[in-house]
Amino acid sequence: MEWINAIVQGVLLGGLYALFAAGLSLIFGVMRLVNIAHGDFIVLAAFLALSTTTALGVNPLLTLVIVVPVMAVIGYVLQRGVLNQTLGDDILPPLLVTFGLSVIIQNGLLEIYSADPQKMNAGAIETASLALPGNLNVGVLPLVMFGVSVAVIAGLQWVFYRSALGRAFRAVSDKQDIAQLMGLNKAHVFGLAMALSLAVVGIAGVFLGIRTSFDPSIGPGRLIFGFEAVIIGGLGNLWGTMIGGIILGVSQNIGAQINPGWQLLAGHIAFLIVLAVKPRGLFPRID
Amino acid sequence: MTSANYTISRSSPASRFAAGVGILVLAALIAAPWWAGRADMRLLSEIFLYLSLACLWNLLAGYAGLVSVGQQAFVGFGGYMLFALAMFAGLSPLVAIPIAGLLGALVAIPVAVLIFRLRGAYFAIGTWVIAEVFRLSFAQVSALGGGSGTSLPVAIVRSMASSRSMREATTYWLALGMAAIVIAVIYLLLRSRNGLALTAIRDSEVASNSFGIDIWRHKFFVYVIAAGLTASTGALIFLQKLRISPDAAFSVNDWTAFVIFIVVIGGIGTLEGPIIGVIVFFLLRETLADLGTTYLLILGLVAIVVMLKAPRGIWGFVKDRTGIELFPLSRRVVEEKSDS
Repeated sequence: MEWINAIVQGVLLGGLYALFAAGLSLIFGVMRLVNIAHGDFIVLAAFLALSTTTALGVNPLLTLVIVVPVMAVIGYVLQRGVLNQTLGDDILPPLLVTFGLSVIIQNGLLEIYSADPQKMNAGAIETASLALPGNLNVGVLPLVMFGVSVAVIAGLQWVFYRSALGRAFRAVSDKQDIAQLMGLNKAHVFGLAMALSLAVVGIAGVFLGIRTSFDPSIGPGRLIFGFEAVIIGGLGNLWGTMIGGIILGVSQNIGAQINPGWQLLAGHIAFLIVLAVKPRGLFPRID
Repeated sequence: MTSANYTISRSSPASRFAAGVGILVLAALIAAPWWAGRADMRLLSEIFLYLSLACLWNLLAGYAGLVSVGQQAFVGFGGYMLFALAMFAGLSPLVAIPIAGLLGALVAIPVAVLIFRLRGAYFAIGTWVIAEVFRLSFAQVSALGGGSGTSLPVAIVRSMASSRSMREATTYWLALGMAAIVIAVIYLLLRSRNGLALTAIRDSEVASNSFGIDIWRHKFFVYVIAAGLTASTGALIFLQKLRISPDAAFSVNDWTAFVIFIVVIGGIGTLEGPIIGVIVFFLLRETLADLGTTYLLILGLVAIVVMLKAPRGIWGFVKDRTGIELFPLSRRVVEEKSDS
């Protein structure tokens, strides 16, 4: 029973990892950019939420209303102001600039909030749980978060394949010059992609801050989880990323069940096994 | 009648001058135990070890196109191997350092086979995952102190040399020797056939492939060499610290962020770059280190600005304007006037 419980909790945790991964996957798909500071933006969003709850005295879940648009604006400005200049054939400039950003965000947060771990309290919903048949208890909050991540993935999928914005994303992703000729402003489209990516990061950050304690140094760890979810699921496949997140969450929980010290190691090993057996991920996009 | 006679030359007056100055500086540095104080020698050793890490990262990223943010895997691995070999196999640290390097190169083989499946930026994060796996695995080894780490027993430290000043001189020379070996290996590698292939791959993978260059094999070779030398350097770093823990050994800030900063500031893809970068880095550190986190903020900002405004760093800036090359790597046509 403990094992089934570990797996169920792992699936729910995987939803959060899928949220970490979705933004990463999106910008890679649109502009082949890997944002090394992605995890630090998640932590930045968590701290933004923390400041908002303390300033306004509202439930942390409500801070989504503020954090998500603020993160989106940061994303758009960052992309237009800095990152667009780094895009090109050479992969080094975007990598190193986002690496520099990661160092700046981490130390900026350290300066403002100190290294003390923080946690947000979402009130009664945190302790509420649903009793499932077979003596299983599932927390309402993790369940809600899982539902939201499924909805976010579905929403992104819809945007990408059904909306005009998504058509623009796919057009610049396929051929930047031709898309430009067809009247798309690629600088603007990239800005919107980064805005959408950081909006998802905003949701992920708020959820992270409610679920676990966080401090300025944990960003890179979240980047790695998101990255592993993307690679396990297969590049360019959003539902694959969701399954990748779940596989990661379940492996970590099974590892922790065997030996508490193996939690993170088990997740990394699951990733390396997938990389060894199916280098393109479990569900690569067919193209 | 005067006819122009063309020859291909690699050296130039600047490079011959630099070689002369380099030999003098090296001689002065070898003699440091007789003229420098204890603190200066520690600082110099640290500079040499960072210099070799920076040169090796530059070889990977600047010449082989392998941007790794996980070289701390091999720094920490080398450090832990030194401790393990000295504590459990009773080897002298002097013997353990090259063996740690050899083991680092060996462990890099399966690692490379696995992560070479990832391209570009995903390769970078893949190397980071490997470093995390190493960190978490060494934290599970209770004989090496688990998560809290361990110190090198005093008896082992004493076995290196009888007196304290002799020990300090020995570790200093080891650090200097390491940097010299790393630079020499990279220089010879780049001047060899392999180096020519690497340059071709860097300029165009498609074109070099069509000339029959096996891209995977060349990159693999460079990765394994760099891993071995990084592991040796890591062994030396922790021989100086005398204490190792998973968090210190596999620190991404200490062994990768700073190293990347050094190379980017100095000039990526040049041999001179890391040397300039390491000098700038330590000047900044010695003057700004009291600022704590603000200092790191400044480092991050400087790196971003350099990457955006002068992507080839300080040395690239100088080289573009003057054409000076201190390490004779490129070939140039020299016209020799001769009477006949």
